[in-house]
Amino acid sequence: MTLDLIIAALMTVVGLTTPILLAGLGELVTEKSGVLNLGVEGMMLMGAISGFAVTVFTFNPWLGVLGAAFGGAASSMLFAVLVLQLNSNQVATGLALTIFGTGLSSLIGLSFVGRIVPPFSSIFPAALSRHPVWQVIFGYSPIVYFALIMVPITAWFLHRTRAGLILRAVGENDHSAHSIGYSVVGVRYAAIAFGGAMAGIGGAYFSMVITPMWAEKMTAGRGWIALALVVFAGWRTGRLLAGAYFFGILMALELYAKAAGFSFMPSQFWAAMPYLMTVAALTIISARGTQGANAPACLGKPFLPST
Amino acid sequence: MRLKLEKRPEPSIAMQVLTPILSVVATMFIGMIVFDLLGIDGFRAVVDIFLTPLLASYKWQDVAVKAAPLIIIALGLSVGNRAQVWNIGAEGQYIIGALCAAGVGIAFGPVGGFFVVLLMILAGMLGGGAWAAVPAVLRTRFNVNEILSSLMLTYVAAQVLSYLVGGPWKDPNGRNFPATAPLQPDQTLPILVPGTTIHLGVLIALVLPFVFWLVMSRAVFGYQVRVVGSSPQAARHGGFDSRRTIMSTLIIGGAMAGLAGALELTGALKAINLGFPSGYGFSAIIVSFLGRLNPIGCLIAGIVLAVTYVGGQVAQTTVHIPNATAGIFQAMMLFMILASDILIRYRVRLVASAKPQTVAGE
Repeated sequence: MTLDLIIAALMTVVGLTTPILLAGLGELVTEKSGVLNLGVEGMMLMGAISGFAVTVFTFNPWLGVLGAAFGGAASSMLFAVLVLQLNSNQVATGLALTIFGTGLSSLIGLSFVGRIVPPFSSIFPAALSRHPVWQVIFGYSPIVYFALIMVPITAWFLHRTRAGLILRAVGENDHSAHSIGYSVVGVRYAAIAFGGAMAGIGGAYFSMVITPMWAEKMTAGRGWIALALVVFAGWRTGRLLAGAYFFGILMALELYAKAAGFSFMPSQFWAAMPYLMTVAALTIISARGTQGANAPACLGKPFLPST
Repeated sequence: MRLKLEKRPEPSIAMQVLTPILSVVATMFIGMIVFDLLGIDGFRAVVDIFLTPLLASYKWQDVAVKAAPLIIIALGLSVGNRAQVWNIGAEGQYIIGALCAAGVGIAFGPVGGFFVVLLMILAGMLGGGAWAAVPAVLRTRFNVNEILSSLMLTYVAAQVLSYLVGGPWKDPNGRNFPATAPLQPDQTLPILVPGTTIHLGVLIALVLPFVFWLVMSRAVFGYQVRVVGSSPQAARHGGFDSRRTIMSTLIIGGAMAGLAGALELTGALKAINLGFPSGYGFSAIIVSFLGRLNPIGCLIAGIVLAVTYVGGQVAQTTVHIPNATAGIFQAMMLFMILASDILIRYRVRLVASAKPQTVAGE
């Protein structure tokens, strides 16, 4: 294997990892506040089409990313109103959001099929970003660096700031947080919106960077992998980053196995691999039972103040 | 003035029945407005999606054939949902059920008849049940979240289908198109109404809700499921094994999805191609909630969803809305029903208040 191939493989892994890392970070914060939002896939698709549409109209991918964050967050508010204001079942409502986002993004996307968007210009000088070797570090879209920077920022926010402490308190014991005067519902709104925005940007990575074109259902179940990733990571940001790269490598293996025509196994075997490995990874993590200690105690439970 | 929620002493039965109806009506109105905003004739679209399939008698057979798998899958899922077990991989169990039925059919070659068809259907139920047994065992033995595992297995099932119909089971006379050969005529379900596509599976979908209703309301099992769902602690005290309940509800859900897949193959489609998975497994989740997890409710809700499927196709040609629109309507109905859940246990009252309701940040 030559250096070129190794670099290409590494860059593939980074590309595949970025969307699930973004969506996973967002969902981690949402779940830390005690809310389980199964709508990640739907929010990613809404972000993918919003970002794409904004970029088509403005020719500015930076505005596109903002649009994607807005699209994801706006669709998450639908979920938020139902579960926070009306105490609806979180599992069913999240599922509804995924079905809704899939349908609505397809409907909006109809007029964008076949359009292309201007790519991000690199934030590094071309001497680095196009360098045959150093592109492995400098040659990505700004979204990739954003995702990586958000890992320590999220960890710092959750564990080193007062707001992060309140967010975790709301997720661990909503009634106590409520009785000492914190707005449980307000904190959860913010956490859900953050989850939606991050999922939206993750989705936009598909429509604006990977392809860059719009196709319906283009996230192909990655939202669900992001959800699995949060469990896999035991609700810890550091492990989420490691887990995201683990899944990224698995998905890259699928691509390379198909391309190399590993004929001892049918291509469908490699396509099913990331999903099977997700189940296997969840089993290993769940069987050890260690992640339970870090799971927010109020995850998925409705909050009904007694007053 | 602000709205205040007051807990009802008893859950309202009137609201249990009214809210699904209101949800459908509200969905129609909101849909009309949204379509008008999108520059589509909203009134025409809603009429075509919700009413044309009911008014045009030649569409009834389509509604019946589409409703059958939705009802059957939703019945199984409702049992699990009542126990707070979330099987969202019914689509995969449906696929595996159909594949198992097809496998038995292929194994019998040219031989058909009553017993072969019965075997095919049983194989479908077994296959669907076995596919659901994986998340069931993982959940009860290793505490793996069944939502994620059952969904991941749906993607795996789609790859199994793609492998089989593109490889070992590919129709040799099919111009290299990835699909199984059409079933032998005597390996298919009988048509109930001559001249239509209404097959025996439709009758099964009409009878099963009553069987499920009997079991859920009269048998110990139904009681056990409800206790495990509402209070796992009480279930333990009552001597109910919640692990066995989780296991059996997941497997019942899988077996029903497998049955639906087998009936769809032997009754409606007669062959499996890459387009076989049509999202019934996901729509059935909506059916189960719209039917309020009640077997008879599932029967009615299944027909409503089937109407939107058929109506969506009608509107595709009349007002040129895309295929995805029916999905939006279905999701909207689910949102509405979930939003109105609160009316069952609470009543809304207007009360005078000095302080405005705290507005949540963000």
